[in-house]
Amino acid sequence: MSAQEMAIATGAGPARWSRVVIYGLLIVFALFYLTPLFVMLSTSFKTLDEIRAGNIIQLPAHPTADAWGKAWGSACIGVTCEGIRGYFWNSIKMVVPAVLISTVLGALNGYVLTKWRFPGHKIVFGMMLFACFIPFQSVLIPMARVLGALGLSNSTAGLVLVHVIYGLGFTTLFFRNYYDTFPTELIQSAQMDGAGFFTIFRRILLPSSAPIIVVTVIYQFTNIWNDFLFGVSFSSGDNSPMTVALNNLVSSSTGVKEYNVDMAAAVIAALPTLIVYVVAGRYFMRGLMAGAIKG
Amino acid sequence: MSASRLPAVGKRLQDWLPRLVLAPSFALILVFVYGFIVWTAVLSMSKSRLLPVYQWAGFDAYERLFNQPNWYVALKNLAIFGSIYIVACIAIGLFLAILLDQKIRIEGVLRPIYLYPMALSFVVTGTAWKWFLNPGMGFEHAVRSITGWENFQFDWITRPDMAIYTIAIAGIWQASGFVMAMFLAGLRGIDSEMLKAATVDGASTFTIYRRIVIPLLRPAFLSAVIVLAHMAIKSYDLVIALTGGGPGNATELPSTFMYSYTFTRSQMAVGSASAMVMLMGIAAIMVPYLYSELKEKNR
Repeated sequence: MSAQEMAIATGAGPARWSRVVIYGLLIVFALFYLTPLFVMLSTSFKTLDEIRAGNIIQLPAHPTADAWGKAWGSACIGVTCEGIRGYFWNSIKMVVPAVLISTVLGALNGYVLTKWRFPGHKIVFGMMLFACFIPFQSVLIPMARVLGALGLSNSTAGLVLVHVIYGLGFTTLFFRNYYDTFPTELIQSAQMDGAGFFTIFRRILLPSSAPIIVVTVIYQFTNIWNDFLFGVSFSSGDNSPMTVALNNLVSSSTGVKEYNVDMAAAVIAALPTLIVYVVAGRYFMRGLMAGAIKG
Repeated sequence: MSASRLPAVGKRLQDWLPRLVLAPSFALILVFVYGFIVWTAVLSMSKSRLLPVYQWAGFDAYERLFNQPNWYVALKNLAIFGSIYIVACIAIGLFLAILLDQKIRIEGVLRPIYLYPMALSFVVTGTAWKWFLNPGMGFEHAVRSITGWENFQFDWITRPDMAIYTIAIAGIWQASGFVMAMFLAGLRGIDSEMLKAATVDGASTFTIYRRIVIPLLRPAFLSAVIVLAHMAIKSYDLVIALTGGGPGNATELPSTFMYSYTFTRSQMAVGSASAMVMLMGIAAIMVPYLYSELKEKNR
């Protein structure tokens, strides 16, 4: 029963007007959320002259993709002027292995922590869970030292390692909660038939794991793509991921400030996660909720 | 003999296999999370400046930390930013969730619009809002040129006394839709029979929400506060992208303080001490919460 029905049932005033007000408010809020994206997009299609002459709410009079081309291929970041292209690929090279490894490990961990429990499994899980929430500032200096000792400072491999480790808690949490509801009887009868640890995982759990795999991959992809702190701490120059390059581009103070190029770069940085969101928003949401509401 | 031992070895391996599979992950967490925290704690009690130096200095760095006016600026800013962020996100989130729960036909269109900022990087959010809040060319300029209201002012981002509020605005923009979704999930879980009974008793819609629905959303409130507080303490990227901690140090937060003292000001011990204080703040919020959630689950 909705409040609308309640309103009608209780005869609380002209329901029609309250509907108009509700819809009006909802649309005002929708505009609040959409405006920055609109401004980013519209600025990115303007020329600098038009930006100076007009205002941010106006649509581009003569839309041009010049700023996009420059952001992608020739904008100056640091000492090189090759656009954000290279950094975009850095991010891809970092995200793909990090997401895959952390998801596989998380699935196995979740499987062990629900179906092969051992004394102390709760403490192990509790410790992995808390690891999700630490402020990364508290591991930043040791991590920098260790990456240096391993010869992985300022490398994509180093960032993959970092993201796998600090993503493990979440991936384990997702799979643990998912497998927790999976009937244990099925596994026991498979064990009776002589199926081993990996056979049970592959033949019984994995086939029904598609939803949680999608949730985990999307969650990890979004988090790692959007990371800034690790990127800025453990990489520099040409090895930086996209977010760090974007910040360097936008905050550089040399030459003419090209707002249209900044905005195009920002949209490019946002595109991968936005596309994932548009295509699989439901799963993105489930990941966020699972990451927020524990247990 | 070997024939009888082999299955025994195989059996034992089978017994240990689950633990062996979990072991690498757990070892990584032990070393890279808990070991590193201990390491940072050690650094915070050392004389480290540019590089780690393992000379005992006791709580000297903590003393220096709490004698830094800059640290108090960071704490004060976190208090301002954190409280506005949490309260506004919850207010907007709850309000939108209740509105959306009124059988809105275009809910399927609106919900993703409210939520998409959460998919963006804080750096993108910061970049977008920095442009939008630019006094000369952004929103202020647009209002002036469209309405002709020449004295309209919205230059918070350049004002040391107001810049922290722009961080809050951008943060609220990003996270309030998410809080809306948390409350909406809570609202959808409420037993409608109870509401019907209240309606029959003649309670008004407003009373039903105030007296029945909102109290029933307590778990969602708790989750929202925890998640938002946790995000507020960890906020770093947004500040860097939006204001860079400035103007001056007007938007310094503990996270930016830690970074600059450790990596640019060569005060590693003080930086480590600030990181430990942040960790304690997070632990004070998260440990009781996680503990109660885990306990509840096992009941």
